[in-house]
Amino acid sequence: MDLLLDAVVIGVLLGCFYAAVSLGLSVSFGLLDVPHVAHPAFLVMASYAVFFLNDRFDIDPLLAGLMITPLLFLFGLVAYRLYYETFEKRGSDAGVRGIAFFFGVAFIIEVLIILQFGVDQRSVTATYIGKAWRIGDMRIPLRLLVAFAVAAGLTILLSLYLSKTFMGRAIRAVAQDQEALRLMGANPVKIKQWAFGIATAVLGIAGALLIIVAPVDPILDRAYIGRTFCVVVMAGLGSMTGTLIAAIILGVVETIVLTLFGASWAPAISFAMLLGVLAIRPQGLFGRRS
Amino acid sequence: MTSTEPELPLLRIGGLTKRFGGFTALDNVSVDIRAGERFGLIGPNGSGKTTLINCISGAFRTEPGTVLFRGEDITPLPAHMRTRRGIARSFQIPRPFKSMTVVENLMVALDFATVAGGFVPAAHRRDTVMAILAQTGLTSKADLPTTGLSQVELRKMELARAMATHPKLLISDEAMAGLSSSEVDEVLDLLIKLAGEGITIIMIEHIMQAVMRFSQRVMCLDAGRIIALGAPDEVMANQRVQEAYLGT
Amino acid sequence: MNRNSIAFWIGAGLFLVVVALLPQLIRNEYPFFAAYVILQFIVLSVAWSILGGYAGYVNFGTSAFFGVGVYTAVFLFKATGAPLAVQLAAAAAVGALLGFAVGLLTLRMQGIFFSIATIALTIVIETSVTNWRFVGGAAGIQMQRPAVMAPFDGYVQMLVFVQALLVVLAIVIARYMQSSWIGRGLQALKDDELAAECTGVPTLRLKVLACVISGALMCAAGAPAAMYLQYADPSSAFNLNYSVSVLAMSLIGGTAHWAGPVIGAILLGTTQQLLTVTISSEVNLLVLGIMLVVFVVAAPEGLIGLIRKASRKRAEREA
Repeated sequence: MDLLLDAVVIGVLLGCFYAAVSLGLSVSFGLLDVPHVAHPAFLVMASYAVFFLNDRFDIDPLLAGLMITPLLFLFGLVAYRLYYETFEKRGSDAGVRGIAFFFGVAFIIEVLIILQFGVDQRSVTATYIGKAWRIGDMRIPLRLLVAFAVAAGLTILLSLYLSKTFMGRAIRAVAQDQEALRLMGANPVKIKQWAFGIATAVLGIAGALLIIVAPVDPILDRAYIGRTFCVVVMAGLGSMTGTLIAAIILGVVETIVLTLFGASWAPAISFAMLLGVLAIRPQGLFGRRS
Repeated sequence: MTSTEPELPLLRIGGLTKRFGGFTALDNVSVDIRAGERFGLIGPNGSGKTTLINCISGAFRTEPGTVLFRGEDITPLPAHMRTRRGIARSFQIPRPFKSMTVVENLMVALDFATVAGGFVPAAHRRDTVMAILAQTGLTSKADLPTTGLSQVELRKMELARAMATHPKLLISDEAMAGLSSSEVDEVLDLLIKLAGEGITIIMIEHIMQAVMRFSQRVMCLDAGRIIALGAPDEVMANQRVQEAYLGT
Repeated sequence: MNRNSIAFWIGAGLFLVVVALLPQLIRNEYPFFAAYVILQFIVLSVAWSILGGYAGYVNFGTSAFFGVGVYTAVFLFKATGAPLAVQLAAAAAVGALLGFAVGLLTLRMQGIFFSIATIALTIVIETSVTNWRFVGGAAGIQMQRPAVMAPFDGYVQMLVFVQALLVVLAIVIARYMQSSWIGRGLQALKDDELAAECTGVPTLRLKVLACVISGALMCAAGAPAAMYLQYADPSSAFNLNYSVSVLAMSLIGGTAHWAGPVIGAILLGTTQQLLTVTISSEVNLLVLGIMLVVFVVAAPEGLIGLIRKASRKRAEREA
């Protein structure tokens, strides 16, 4: 019973972290309909950038994540432009080729990381890594608490951005009715490009959290395809609150299954949940689509 | 069963309701359409016209409500089974098979839709298709890719593809939208000609002269409900129809 | 039969005769190891294109089907010592069943969801096999080759011939589908599913059929792999590199014609063999990824499309 309670607490913390790494996808795939299977590869790439800054210049991983955020934003702008010019603009057959394109990009990123950093696991150092917090019998790693707090903050910030600012509202509008937006004199492509930039920029902090929570390796993105898509699809495409709740569900289920059945089943949990959601309720738990 | 029993309608729609989330697109719509009838369907934008024909052709599932075609309950059938039973349609925004030529577009219909009526022998396939293209005035475009067609040609191609399924009921969804007045007449003449061959036609249209000239009966939808049904001039004169169109 | 078909069948026959006779001419074993891998990729790419090319549903689960083929053979061999032919037939049957289940479960979804679902399937099956002790679990399993059957005098040579048979089978099926009503139906639904459905095309049934055939061929292609390597383990049998390679080969060759994936698999397969031997497997993967992206962006119809375009231009110039 205690074990189960532990699992639930850890699961909730882990879930918030999963929300943080899924937020970008929730925007790019959920709101913009971009088949962004390279999202987890971008995430791992950001983690390696954080690793580099931490390893070489001894910069705190969170600060490093913040430092690469503007670069990622620019990277996102360029990536969307490229995607738009080659696929969305031409229209026909964009689906098949768009997916293949992002899959190829993810693959290239994996190989480049291997060539640059090797196949070994990498981790960062910071004062809060390696310590733990005790409540009674329960032992909570401090790194997970830090990830939880930052992730929660990031999720709230992005939700506020999307609901309170002019640009944020425009992004939500572009997902629902491009035509109306065009009539208002706004350029949907510009807004989508901006949104994709935001979705990529968020990966700075998310990537830092990824490497704070556990060491990373070049093909870690494969496991996170399952986690991020599971969260975004379960959330119902594009819902930020949904993303948080879905991520917590995933975190709790993962921790409970790990506790009961052992680590060898770990990789399959998020993918199995994803399959289940797709088969039973593809519109997600909090879906915007009917 | 007695001989005095009235003839069964070709299409009987009973208590059809369609909701999207909290939005009711169709609200308890019931109507009979007789065999051989030229039936006009009008209503302001968003009134449920396209939703209704999506429900008839099987693109949407309905709950509650039934669609009876030639006495058979086709409500649970997917769209392709309905096409094979004789319900064909065109689309508001043309949806050609873009990677194919005009003839190949029609061949798809011969391959799949005429299963019930027996396969067209291989030697006659091209003749069958060319006859339909001649009827719709597309003979010279037969071997062009659909990407090379003009708007009015695309509309005609959709009607031709629908005809290649050997329909008993043809639903034309705003086949005249965006066409010049001479092109409107071309399409209208084509529809009247097809009706003359015994095909029942439901025509959705915004162009009122076309509706008046074409229809034997007109039905007007507003906010998912039938607000008028009857002879064209009666429906046009109806107070609620005028309000729905002019807005109050 | 028209002239084209006669040429095709003669070509297929000649190909098999040559593969059967090669061991008499070449005594070195290495070319056969390389040829086996390339032939295996031809089967996988042609099979992939049946669903991915004709119907336009991008399957990332090539590795799932391939791995299930590998492990069907491993299980049968370990449990009953079944001969290779039985392993192959069983793998094809399991692949067809898996294709049916996956198709029914996921082909109602839009393209991207189907693709994601196929990745998910790969990981779920891989994890299950990893936890399956009987076939070796995560550590893998050694396979002891039985005596080679006459008329072959080397086991690898025999496997090469088996894989060549599968190549011919896959191409015959793909070619038939392309030119028949099935191909036209798939092409129609690839262009526009709703319009296809309203023209009488049973879209779901056709997609599931394509998935069943594609899955059966992929599993069959995987079945001899354990005997070829004399070893099998989950992380290599279900390696996503198979999915990416096959995706790249099909798209680079072009999926509008059955010859596209064949050309793509031969070209990329040969390049991979050369690069892996001469430089490193990482560079090989990098080249693969870059070629995939370049072709998807710059030549969406693949090599077949480029050839067609060139010949059309020449025809225009001559006219």
